[in-house]
Amino acid sequence: MTSVLVRERPGFVWAAPAAVFFGLFGIVPIVVVVYLSFTSWNGLGTPEWVGTQNWSALFDDGDFPSAARTTLYLTVGSWLVQTPLALLIGVWAAGHQRFRAVMSTIFFLPLLLSTAAIALVFVSLLDPNFGLAAIWGKYIGVPDGNFLGDPSRALPAVVFVVAWQFIPFHTLLYQAAARQIPGMLYEAAELDGAGRVRQFFSITLPQLRNTIVASSVMMLVGSVTAFESVLLLTNGGPGNDTKVLPLHMYQQGFIAFDMGYASVLAVLLVIVGTVLSVVVVRSTGYHRMTSDREGL
Amino acid sequence: MSTSVISRPETATATGPERRRPRRRRRNPNVPGGIAAIVWFLIVAIPLYFIVVTSVRTQEAYVSDGPLDLPTTFTLKNYTNVIDLGFGTFLLNSVIVALATVVVVIVLALPAAYAITRGRSRVVQYAFTLFLMGLAIPAQAVIIPIYLLITRMNLYDSLTAIVLPTAAFTMPMAVLVLTSALRDVPNELYEAMTVDGAGTAMIFRRLVVPLSRPALASIGIFAGLNAWNGILFPLVLTQSPDQRVLPLGLWNFQSQYGTDVPGLLAAVVLSALPVLALYLFGRRQLLSGLSAGFGK
Repeated sequence: MTSVLVRERPGFVWAAPAAVFFGLFGIVPIVVVVYLSFTSWNGLGTPEWVGTQNWSALFDDGDFPSAARTTLYLTVGSWLVQTPLALLIGVWAAGHQRFRAVMSTIFFLPLLLSTAAIALVFVSLLDPNFGLAAIWGKYIGVPDGNFLGDPSRALPAVVFVVAWQFIPFHTLLYQAAARQIPGMLYEAAELDGAGRVRQFFSITLPQLRNTIVASSVMMLVGSVTAFESVLLLTNGGPGNDTKVLPLHMYQQGFIAFDMGYASVLAVLLVIVGTVLSVVVVRSTGYHRMTSDREGL
Repeated sequence: MSTSVISRPETATATGPERRRPRRRRRNPNVPGGIAAIVWFLIVAIPLYFIVVTSVRTQEAYVSDGPLDLPTTFTLKNYTNVIDLGFGTFLLNSVIVALATVVVVIVLALPAAYAITRGRSRVVQYAFTLFLMGLAIPAQAVIIPIYLLITRMNLYDSLTAIVLPTAAFTMPMAVLVLTSALRDVPNELYEAMTVDGAGTAMIFRRLVVPLSRPALASIGIFAGLNAWNGILFPLVLTQSPDQRVLPLGLWNFQSQYGTDVPGLLAAVVLSALPVLALYLFGRRQLLSGLSAGFGK
């Protein structure tokens, strides 16, 4: 029996193409980016070794602290806006209200639009001359309708657009998870006299714990590295007010062609990504989740 | 896995007796959730209305009547305009990139997942750890070495240049999802085939491929949408209009004809049509593809 089964076992050759392919585009670049961070390179010629020059430039880069702050603002702001809303709407959509099906379908539609499409639609909507912002701005205390071009309003506007794009997705996750909560938990709570709010905090929230963790981690990792929305909405402006770290890196590398210094910023992004990923693995636990799904 | 997470409650509510007679009838309805749902409904529906209605209005009507007016003028000129400006090509490029990415990902990831699930060799397990680590690598962070790699491979400014890194960065998630799908296949099935004298190639073709079909659909859609929405790789790795994909086409249109909002929105609608078709014909697969990797 054993000899028969051994013959069946697939060898490394089955995994080799995928591993080589991913190694070439995923792992090798990390080594290369560390090397490039010690070189001077304009994107065309050959990178030249300059030692730690790029790394010390980090301390003289006035844009770096503000880019780090903006990234933190965008990340925390996105989480604070998206999580409560997605949770509320998701739990609501898991219920049996009238019009629920129709509204859920509408809620879902932004998912069909690409990041670029959503960003550009909002550039038009928030246009201070012809957009909706010009007409409705005065009702929310912005008479000139200037959102994306105003230093104090640009970043909240970016948070809003990113939320518009991603809340549907997280709502979907919460909706699916809330439907899995056994109804008898609520019946028992009702018999014990627990009200609607008490039920939400004592049953719904604890039951959704895993979903909240997973959805939050996805939001956080996504926001730290997201720069496409910012690029298309404001290109970092006005001034540097919405410039996030990945955008700063992109501009240093592909606009200013200082690939060496951009690589320093890239290495920092790898570090942040890795730290967050450790949080992913620790908090959700891949193997535990596998067993969770069995029998579903 | 993710398929059942999303879809099962849906079918349960649609067919079960609870549909007509809610299991937990509440005297006090979910008021905060309802309010959030209505507010969010407006926030989602107004931009969607704006997109669709404005795309069939004339530019003059848009400027004079404001962004949310009823479509008193109806024209398809915006659509023919943007197609004349090359959106047919961009659409085709995006479709090619998405399909090629799906093919590369599936052809490489499925054998790898088979080897990881059934293989005994230690190297295979190392490869799996490699893919797990890869989940954390932000594509932005390695864009500079990838640019270097692509130019050295003489692939700069080609659709292949977009496909290769996009596929590589989808690979970890694909391997992960397919591996957990294959882990659910009972051992007895493999053993029965082995007893019948089947080798690894035969088992792969007759057992692994058919049984992983639902997971393949999710991963295919996940990979396709990633490629479809991607901005960074096309932005950095291509240049000429012939190689332009939809997101860049939209952005380019907006920066060149910024005042032609109806034209932009017609292009946005065009760019959403393939995903909309996917939604209409395979809602369940689309949802599971969107949430592939969730619950990992």
